[in-house]
Amino acid sequence: MNLLTVKHLSVELENRSVVEDLSFDLAAGERLSILGPNGAGKTVLLKALLNLLPHQGEIVWAPNVRIGYVPQKIDADTHLPLTFTDLFRAKCRTLNISSDQIGEISESVGLTPQILRTPVGHLSGGQFQRSLIAFSLIGNPNVLLMDEPTASVDEPGEEHIYELINRLQTQHQLASIMVSHDLSFVFRYATKVLCLNRLQVCFGSPTEALSTDMLTKLYGESVGFYDHHHDHQPKPNSLRQ
Amino acid sequence: MTAAQIYSTVLILLTAFAAGLVGSFTLMKRMSLAGDVVSHIALPGLGLAMLFGFNPLIGAAAALLLGTILIWHLQKSSTLTTEVAIGVIFTAALAIGTVLTPNEDLIEALFGGFQSLNMLWFIAGLLAVCVILGFVVVFRHKLIMSLFSPELAAATGVNVSRLNLYFLLIFSLTVLLGVRFLGALLVGALIIVPAAIGRQLTHTLTAFLLTSAFASVLSVGLGLTVSLVSPQIKIGHVTLNLALGPAIIGVATVLFLLSLLRKKV
Repeated sequence: MNLLTVKHLSVELENRSVVEDLSFDLAAGERLSILGPNGAGKTVLLKALLNLLPHQGEIVWAPNVRIGYVPQKIDADTHLPLTFTDLFRAKCRTLNISSDQIGEISESVGLTPQILRTPVGHLSGGQFQRSLIAFSLIGNPNVLLMDEPTASVDEPGEEHIYELINRLQTQHQLASIMVSHDLSFVFRYATKVLCLNRLQVCFGSPTEALSTDMLTKLYGESVGFYDHHHDHQPKPNSLRQ
Repeated sequence: MTAAQIYSTVLILLTAFAAGLVGSFTLMKRMSLAGDVVSHIALPGLGLAMLFGFNPLIGAAAALLLGTILIWHLQKSSTLTTEVAIGVIFTAALAIGTVLTPNEDLIEALFGGFQSLNMLWFIAGLLAVCVILGFVVVFRHKLIMSLFSPELAAATGVNVSRLNLYFLLIFSLTVLLGVRFLGALLVGALIIVPAAIGRQLTHTLTAFLLTSAFASVLSVGLGLTVSLVSPQIKIGHVTLNLALGPAIIGVATVLFLLSLLRKKV
């Protein structure tokens, strides 16, 4: 049974069509990557799936679904006297669940006691992003929605975050929907890909759906494709616009 | 001290404690300025009530309720126009309130004063304090998430718009409790200044909340003592008028200046 079924989804913001007529689905344990250029409607799609935006069409989540969400970027005020421990506890209380799992989740994403004691506005990009991932895992989700979870992380940190997400997904058998610009990640970890440029350009397994023609159609002729390697040198298979 | 004066003293100290807590969340939500101008809208209500001879607090409550709903709607669109609208509407309320309020009552409406309370108003005040403290205790986790990221809070199932309305209503209830003592012009400061002191001295949430509440109680306690013991001080030819509201905010401001000298704990 599908965890999510989307039929003819359209979103309009301020009388402008942002995404139009999208239809796709997600089964338990599947990993869907959403690809598309800037302004294609990727973030809007995730927010519509979370029911944070008004939309037309059908979004049907399975009754047993528990969603964890990792937003693209949060500009945490440096003046906030809040730590992620406060936020983890706040989420537990809001969901009415025990806060016993906080220690285990923090450990599994590599949050040290010192990070957990640091005010949110003073964390590095990588620490902040790991903390957001930990926040999304509270409440034992069975699907994660992630909007460019490495957007505010430098390149070596980016690889660590991707590895962490992959490990957690395998460990907890999580389905996921992730917006990512990193094609090497899509080819390595995604089981399905949705190409978006306001309209749905492709949907299927990465090897079938992502032909060079399709990528050119999605990103235009001016885009080069490079591989993303660990030595931080641009190599074929990653997007550089 | 008469029983009525004891009721007043207890209620103003409890109001201070509640104001410190509400102020902490107001500061974290970056609503200090908007919150301050909300308090100005109490004045036309006070003025109308005095003009037509009914209880000023009922007039203030009605005006604050209207103001709260108005600012809640304005907040939903965070544009420059909204900021301008808030500035214009609430300062206009102050001007209209000044025109409406009878001259002999204007100073008290603007700056407050120590008033004896009967048992009924004391109990009503106690209930209001309980509502404010209950709200903070029950909703603090949702407030924390929504001020960190409204989007993340909404994704966790929090109705952020409704929570904002509840918070504004609680803010207005705190203003209403304090307005008879501090007046429409200064009551906002009781909510903001102690929270600024707490923020200056602490960097953990619990310490921040408790320090703000304590700074608020201390300001009110010292301000009340100064105002009752020596309402007027003569320095040469100049007479300083230490009415209750200005005395409390004066003490709070001195504490804030002192807090600037201290390192965070």
